[in-house]
Amino acid sequence: MATIVVHVMPKPEILDPQGKAVGNALPRLGFDGFEAVRQGKRFELTVDGEVTEELLGKAREAAETMLSNPVIEDVVAVEVVA
Amino acid sequence: MARIGVVTFPGTLDDRDAARAVRLAGAESVNLFHADSSLQDVDAVVLPGGFSYGDYLRAGAISRFSPIMERVVDAANGGMPVLGICNGFQVLTEVHLLPGSMIKNDHLHFVCRDQVLRVENNDTAWTNAYEAGAEITIPLKNQDGQYVADEHTLDELEAEGRVAFRYVGVNPNGSRRDIAGVTNARGNVVGLMPHPEHAVEAGFGPDSREAGRGGTDGLGFFTSALNALLASA
Repeated sequence: MATIVVHVMPKPEILDPQGKAVGNALPRLGFDGFEAVRQGKRFELTVDGEVTEELLGKAREAAETMLSNPVIEDVVAVEVVA
Repeated sequence: MARIGVVTFPGTLDDRDAARAVRLAGAESVNLFHADSSLQDVDAVVLPGGFSYGDYLRAGAISRFSPIMERVVDAANGGMPVLGICNGFQVLTEVHLLPGSMIKNDHLHFVCRDQVLRVENNDTAWTNAYEAGAEITIPLKNQDGQYVADEHTLDELEAEGRVAFRYVGVNPNGSRRDIAGVTNARGNVVGLMPHPEHAVEAGFGPDSREAGRGGTDGLGFFTSALNALLASA
């Protein structure tokens, strides 16, 4: 078993209301020193057996066309985790 | 009689109201289901509001891949009038029939209010019954209603007159340039966040100058579609 992990983040120029709310809450709980927070998504695609180049290619395509919306989000990484 | 289809996805909320609006405008409403692969010879389609597939992944993102949407995209590209309301608008952006996208409201709260809009483009299949620049009041209710697109796309929309509706008085969700709804270049596909289908019958709409709950400003969307169908017949 192996896992392909896809990381998706809101585009830098898009305001991230959720991240902003989290960022505002941190100091209230005593977590000082953090300038800003941005919140993204992590997808884990589990594979039965080896991660082939073909499967990785499919995962990249899925990441760009379905798991993210290119209007508001960037795929920042597609990586294999054993 | 014109036949207007209303699509129900799992999690759709406003299909009944949309169908009722279609009937009050004088058309026959046809129930379409997300798993259908036929549009049943309808003349126009409404994608109603709600939380299809629980807004999982992104609002409208999963609905985009349902069998009925393949037919809707084909029909829209062929010129059929298609209206997306709220979640339906989100589906239309996800399926790339309309530009831009919706993210969470800038203030993070769900908003529900009677909203004033200006009709910026009255030359579409869903707005031709209104005067240009008309101000209408219809309900707005959403959590992910902040319309966003890159500056280039926004400039293009403005230049081509494709901003169909703008929020007046207050921008309820932080939408870029107060945009409440947009149209495609051809004018047959329109999407907006507020809900015209909730303002079609006196006694059940927003408060109006004449009477409490008397507002029927949303009915024009549906009579517009009938006008468009007659004109193209």
